[in-house]
Amino acid sequence: MDMNRSLEAYREAGGYQAARKALAAMTPAAVLDEVKKAGLRGRGGAGFPAGLKWSFVPAKTDKPKYLCVNADEGEPGTFKDRFILSHNPHALIEGSLIAAYAVGIHQAYVYIRGEYEMIARRLDQAVTEAYEKGFLGANILESGFSLDFGVHRGAGAYICGEETALLESLEGKRGHPRLKPPFPASVGLFGAPTVINNVETLANVPAIILHGADWFTAAGLPRDGGTRLFGVSGPVVRPGIYELPVGTSLREIIFSHAGGMLPGKRLKAVIPGGLSAPILRADEIDLKMDCDSLVAAGSMLGSGGIIVIDEATPILDVLFRVAKFYAHESCGQCTPCRLGTAWILKIVRRMASGNGVRGDVDELARLAAGIKGMTLCPMGDAAALPILGIIRKFKAELEG
Amino acid sequence: MSAPLSADLRAGIERLAARYPRKAAALLPVLHLVQNDRGFIGPDEEAEVAVLLGIGPIEVREVVTFYTMFRRRPAGRHLVQVCSNLSCTLMGGERILDYLKKNLAIGVGETTSDGRFTLTTVECLGACEQAPCLMIDFDYHGNLTEEKIEAILGGAA
Repeated sequence: MDMNRSLEAYREAGGYQAARKALAAMTPAAVLDEVKKAGLRGRGGAGFPAGLKWSFVPAKTDKPKYLCVNADEGEPGTFKDRFILSHNPHALIEGSLIAAYAVGIHQAYVYIRGEYEMIARRLDQAVTEAYEKGFLGANILESGFSLDFGVHRGAGAYICGEETALLESLEGKRGHPRLKPPFPASVGLFGAPTVINNVETLANVPAIILHGADWFTAAGLPRDGGTRLFGVSGPVVRPGIYELPVGTSLREIIFSHAGGMLPGKRLKAVIPGGLSAPILRADEIDLKMDCDSLVAAGSMLGSGGIIVIDEATPILDVLFRVAKFYAHESCGQCTPCRLGTAWILKIVRRMASGNGVRGDVDELARLAAGIKGMTLCPMGDAAALPILGIIRKFKAELEG
Repeated sequence: MSAPLSADLRAGIERLAARYPRKAAALLPVLHLVQNDRGFIGPDEEAEVAVLLGIGPIEVREVVTFYTMFRRRPAGRHLVQVCSNLSCTLMGGERILDYLKKNLAIGVGETTSDGRFTLTTVECLGACEQAPCLMIDFDYHGNLTEEKIEAILGGAA
């Protein structure tokens, strides 16, 4: 993905040629088929194939359809969408335009986290540029197709990255996830059929249309193609964003691209896909970074945000940060998550203050297991799985 | 009682409301607008916003109290928010927070006696490659050191 902030620079690098090709020379069905063939998997966390998601929207409906871009990026350790929004906003706008054309959508909203105020202003400028040059608005590129595009700011709630909480929030309500089914593809924003895609997912679409699905799948793995923006943070030599083929080894990302550990630091553990992804020990990082390999290793690729933890960090500190986060961010709707995360934090705080009692670790595991699978939305699992992972991998240290 | 919202602010609210098929959908952007103007969102502001968007005051209260960025009381002129999540604490985020507490002589959630700074912690800001980081008002600052913090605080009137 080239990075070009202004519309002029983006166009000089070939930007908006894919939209031109799609709108002038391809039917919506052909665009949908190409993205399906590419097998583009969602870059937000769940890894669901984008083309398949688009195909669930009913072709015939008397309601308007909506595209919601998920730019809520709240998963700790994740900063890739901020990178795209800051440095390459037109890739998102062009990808959204192509997605909207494929599904027959005429209104898109970007839901951007409230803390990204300065980035939202820059995105607003990019949207204005796109309107001025005829890439948004009515009769785009003389095709007769029209798309309106609005930027909508959140206000500090991790839960709004969950797609149905995002819809509630966009409607002006608390971010309480909805019961599924019905899925957003049939009953979404304002009760109408809705596609929700992550920023990075949509930013991949122009290249798929311009170069074709075969080009896209030439990088990455057969069932999980293309490249991903991996974010590396923690005590490494070069923390940052690395665009690499899906399936690149975790060891290579940390020790080659990110330059390895800072002098004097030794690797203890890695959280491979944002804070919700169960932790891996230092001896478990010879692993391909793709959705299926991470699941097989008992973790998940999630957002591709890699948090590197060094030997000097007590695992209890890691557990405390995880427990504090989910207790703060539980929306309060489902009892197991609301009470479970609060009780877990209470016990972890007690342990951290040196007043732990025998059986605390088993009690934490029991509480986390009581959240897992017991909530309306995936946040319950997002809270329970990393805690269970830390206990499974580092029980001796926690009890020591 | 707060003064009524200004004509400019009311016009801004109407403009935001017009961007959505239902006016109520503009609630979050509208509350940001009001908070930027007033510094906080009190019961009077809630009531006025409710009338303008055609919803009940309780629906506004629910949203104001659900989202961490909305304030029901005034804060200092500058809001300093230090990231307290894992990537930052791995890189010394706690030391940064301790330095700010000592330097400003306040605790987390408090405001300096001259009304200049309010200090809070915040969950992941999405700038982990620059850990440890903080946000002052809407500006991000990363790779923090004590010297950098001095410069940042010094630059905020």
